[in-house]
Amino acid sequence: MFKKAIRIIKDFWATFSTPSKYFSLGFLTVGGFIGGVLFWGGFNTALEATNTETFCISCHEMRDNVYQEIQPTIHFTNRSGVRATCPDCHVPHDWTDKIARKMQASKEVWGTIFGTINTREKFFEHRLEMATREWRRFEANDSLECRNCHDEGAMDFTRQSARAAAAHERGLIEGDATCITCHKGIAHELPDMAGVEGWH
Amino acid sequence: MRLIYTGIAILLVSVAVFAAEGDHDSLRGNVPLLEERTPEPLYEVENNDLRRIRAYPMQPPTIPHKIDNYQVDLNANRCMTCHSRRRVAESQAPMVSVTHYMDRDGNFLAELSPRRYFCSQCHVPQTTAPTQVGNTFQDIDEIIREQRQRGQ
Repeated sequence: MFKKAIRIIKDFWATFSTPSKYFSLGFLTVGGFIGGVLFWGGFNTALEATNTETFCISCHEMRDNVYQEIQPTIHFTNRSGVRATCPDCHVPHDWTDKIARKMQASKEVWGTIFGTINTREKFFEHRLEMATREWRRFEANDSLECRNCHDEGAMDFTRQSARAAAAHERGLIEGDATCITCHKGIAHELPDMAGVEGWH
Repeated sequence: MRLIYTGIAILLVSVAVFAAEGDHDSLRGNVPLLEERTPEPLYEVENNDLRRIRAYPMQPPTIPHKIDNYQVDLNANRCMTCHSRRRVAESQAPMVSVTHYMDRDGNFLAELSPRRYFCSQCHVPQTTAPTQVGNTFQDIDEIIREQRQRGQ
């Protein structure tokens, strides 16, 4: 059994390392190039397809819980008609970070298949854990996904209410707060906040 | 005969009262039942962070800022992230009064009293909407001053 496997690998290596007998160099390079383009295009298209709100809410876990909660918030409807969809906040926009997040997200596929949060009660049970994970991610990357739209350098504090301007000045400019430090629960409802820093 | 006259008089008066009551219907604004009323515009919520005067000493202060989508429920109390005793140093917001840490027997609690938990039961933001009905409210200070002046 073991010897057989080794022989298969050896045979494959022999074929793989021998120069091609029938295909021209031109065919192999151009074919390889076209194949590569097709593969990369397909991979990226598939990746982008999983990076849409439609894909996220195709599972009832997302559609019935978090998607319902975002609808009354300002990130869904507002005066200027700009909308933040799921991946705008929950998936990094840079390619390497995105791939890293997508690999982590494979655990969410596991969760869907085995129904980790497939009822409202189970969702509530796991809510704090899931929210904490997102807060940690935002704390670690300095609220990168917020800053894709809300950049403090582009923020005109004089256009904000006095209270907001003072708080941003204290936290963002002088202090070491990041967006998520204060702005928790702005797009979804909060879990039980007892014991969370800054909440009672 | 007199009874009949009295009856008619009462009827006329009550009809007049009913008719007059229609004039005071401030919510529908005197539009006949079968017609649809043009709705009032949605008024701006005051967001200037300036405290308003309290009309009487025990009046719950109004909220001088927007509270859109503030979550106050079993899980979280957004108001208390600024107004609780522990948070006011950082937020510079006014602390909720000590009465909010007392139960109904006057015992002081370590945490916000459950009966005071739902802020917007007493505290409300204000809008720029014009008042629907007149108001002859007089501040107690004015009444006292007037009485003193009369006494002199």
